[in-house]
Amino acid sequence: MDDNTIICRCEDVTWGEIRKQLDKGYTTLDEIKRITRAGMGRCQGKTCQRILLHAIARYLNKKVEEIPLSTFRPPTKPIPLGTLAGENDE
Amino acid sequence: MNKQADIIIIGGGVQGCSIAYNLAKRGQKNIIVLEKNTCANGSSGRCGAGFRQQFGTEMNCILARESVRILQQLSEELDYDIEFNQKGYLILAYTEKELAQFKKNIQLQQSLGIASRLLTPKEAKEIVPPLNIKDVLTASYCCTDGNVNPLLTTFAYAEAAQRLGVKIYRFTEAQKIESNHNQVTAVLTNRGRILTPKVVNAAGGFAKEVGEIAGVEIPVYSQRHQILVTEPTTILWESMLMSFSRNFYFQQLPHGSIVGGYGDPENEIIGHDLGSNWEFIISMAKKMTALIPEVKHVRVIRQWSGSYNMSPDSQPILGEHPQLNGYYMSVGFSGHGFMLAPISGKMLAANILEEETDLPINKLDIGRFKRGELILEPSVV
Repeated sequence: MDDNTIICRCEDVTWGEIRKQLDKGYTTLDEIKRITRAGMGRCQGKTCQRILLHAIARYLNKKVEEIPLSTFRPPTKPIPLGTLAGENDE
Repeated sequence: MNKQADIIIIGGGVQGCSIAYNLAKRGQKNIIVLEKNTCANGSSGRCGAGFRQQFGTEMNCILARESVRILQQLSEELDYDIEFNQKGYLILAYTEKELAQFKKNIQLQQSLGIASRLLTPKEAKEIVPPLNIKDVLTASYCCTDGNVNPLLTTFAYAEAAQRLGVKIYRFTEAQKIESNHNQVTAVLTNRGRILTPKVVNAAGGFAKEVGEIAGVEIPVYSQRHQILVTEPTTILWESMLMSFSRNFYFQQLPHGSIVGGYGDPENEIIGHDLGSNWEFIISMAKKMTALIPEVKHVRVIRQWSGSYNMSPDSQPILGEHPQLNGYYMSVGFSGHGFMLAPISGKMLAANILEEETDLPINKLDIGRFKRGELILEPSVV
């Protein structure tokens, strides 16, 4: 993994951008997410959160289970506004 | 951890970080910010990102106007791109009563140098082409309103404050504020005691509790407000859309996602429950698809909530508590804390350092409720 490796594919966030925030002292998943948008995109971190957790743990020289998770929020999968509003989807 | 400070600020949200930065900028040393989680974890990072000057009281118009003046150059001042985006607020009127109120508001706003104006439904549609103008009587528009990233703004203030020597202690909770003969003397935290003659309550949703731990009463309460965001999509329009009578606000951010919510003071939970419910997401989707039919294919990816810290007149309480020397408050913003933080932080910093300010901070003191001098804002969601 180098600085150009993309960690979050939805929001195009590279390891370099994440490492820069870790270097500044932001060590939680929530802080990294809120600053870089990693895990904030369409999949809501379902793809990248695990990779990000491992990367943060390795950077901090900690075990993965010591890094607190972000809150997963509803809906579980993306839903079109029209479906939610009760329209027939085509 | 330091054992002594000249000023301790409780709360690492946008208020606390703005106050810390403004104090340090004026030369104050030895400032500590206590944050029980991480910066922007509370209401600041959960807000709708908008800033507007289209208010109905002189107080709010002046505060908002001054805040926008600061925001316009804040990325440069703090050396951090906070994604400032000035694309206007379009507020729609559906009733005769609203129309009359808008005319009055615009007259007031224009007298204070705010660039708002009344638009016909057709003119509104020119600004937001996909807008459904059915039942719209008129619209109030101000091109210098807009949005800015609330998370990055908070971190930008925090980092600028730290460069000026401010210490921010994360995961450090204020548990008791000690005093002697009505003078603040120390703050007890989960990591030990810090001596200080001055404390600022900038605890957002927990403002009342941070009063209780000092033994002072603050007439505020917290109420949940829900909000949602969609996946990013092609830019369809740029202004914030808002209505008081139909109760909504939503906008497309430069990033492409659409963010919006509405107020439900009758039914929403009072307290600190920050969950979300199904009723909100359905009702919000109905409002959004009715107004901009094109968004029906855009998918919601997340819903969340945050606290409005409500004061009796929905206006902030700023300044020192009359019963406790050295206890300052920046609380009760009632849903407008993020957009007002640039100016409120500056005003409170001046107030704490006993410097002159031409802004009406004295009218926002806690004593106004006893004096019966409430500032009632007619135009809120």
